[in-house]
Amino acid sequence: MGMLDYFMASRKKSASVAKERLQILVAHERSQRGGPSYLPMLQKEILEVIRKYVAIDPEDVSVSVDHEGQCEILALNVVLPDPPDRRQLHGV
Amino acid sequence: MAKVIVITSGKGGVGKTTTSAAFSMGLALQGHKTAVIDFDVGLRNLDLVMGCERRVVYDVVNVIHGEANLNQALIRDKRNSNLSILPASQTRDKHALTPEGVEVVLSQLREEFDYIVCDSPAGIEHGALMAMYFADEALVVTNPEVSSVRDSDRILGILASKSRRAEQRLEPIREHLLITRYSPRRAKAGEMLSVEDVQEILSVPLLGVVPESQAVLQASNTGVPVILEEKSDAGQAYADAVSRFLGEELPHRFLEPERRGLLGRIFGG
Repeated sequence: MGMLDYFMASRKKSASVAKERLQILVAHERSQRGGPSYLPMLQKEILEVIRKYVAIDPEDVSVSVDHEGQCEILALNVVLPDPPDRRQLHGV
Repeated sequence: MAKVIVITSGKGGVGKTTTSAAFSMGLALQGHKTAVIDFDVGLRNLDLVMGCERRVVYDVVNVIHGEANLNQALIRDKRNSNLSILPASQTRDKHALTPEGVEVVLSQLREEFDYIVCDSPAGIEHGALMAMYFADEALVVTNPEVSSVRDSDRILGILASKSRRAEQRLEPIREHLLITRYSPRRAKAGEMLSVEDVQEILSVPLLGVVPESQAVLQASNTGVPVILEEKSDAGQAYADAVSRFLGEELPHRFLEPERRGLLGRIFGG
């Protein structure tokens, strides 16, 4: 049985690989859709403005639209670099 | 109030037309006046699967263009008088289906029928959008396979954003998941996404599971909706799905591998 267990465990079942891949992909694709079409452009321009003052990477800015009842909330999340101090700006 | 149901999937070859034929016949068998429309303009096939291909005179585009009236184009099913089929056009003009035209046809059908089943073409192009735009309910047909699940998720996003109900901020389309070509044996062996896996990823209420079945091909070979093959596993699975759709609570079947004897294992495929 020991040998058998060893071989069974060593090869991950393909269905569970499929499930993991799909969960990651679907979560990513869902986060991309539904938002207004101007979001990528808005994100790019905000990034450029902030870059005039602080050196940040593209992935340090995220813009998303959430729904709360009838309200649409535009959330802007900017991660500023660690030194001299790490802050997060939240805007609406 | 008549209901418009779209049979959709995104991916091709997962069983939309088989499902449209079986599901519409199932609704008719339960006494509901049902019309089924083939939206696959240019690639008409529902008529063939339903066995009425030699009775097609006019099609949905003829009705939209006013070249025939609805009653001339509708084919009454010979096996069940509750069921009528509206075939797709063979035209190559993909935009022959206009939203205004489809709306007129649907509103005429609503007067006579309880359910209008729309067989969507594959993809997310014009024809698929037309099939889903006016839907009240959607059956998302999914195979337990990565590309089909991903495409189904994409279609769910489109149903929630590009349909009439979404645009007019009405109550959203009611979504139902139908898993087809399911192999309980392979799912149990970890070679195929299980029903729970697919449901967890898509998070849509499960309407039914249709097992991979030889009966499906045999039924389409002879132009019989598989639901009429009452002894077949696929036929029974579709009958269950229709009953659940109509509000009956039934346990899901065909989720566990069939127990086979020694002879079955040797001679069965």
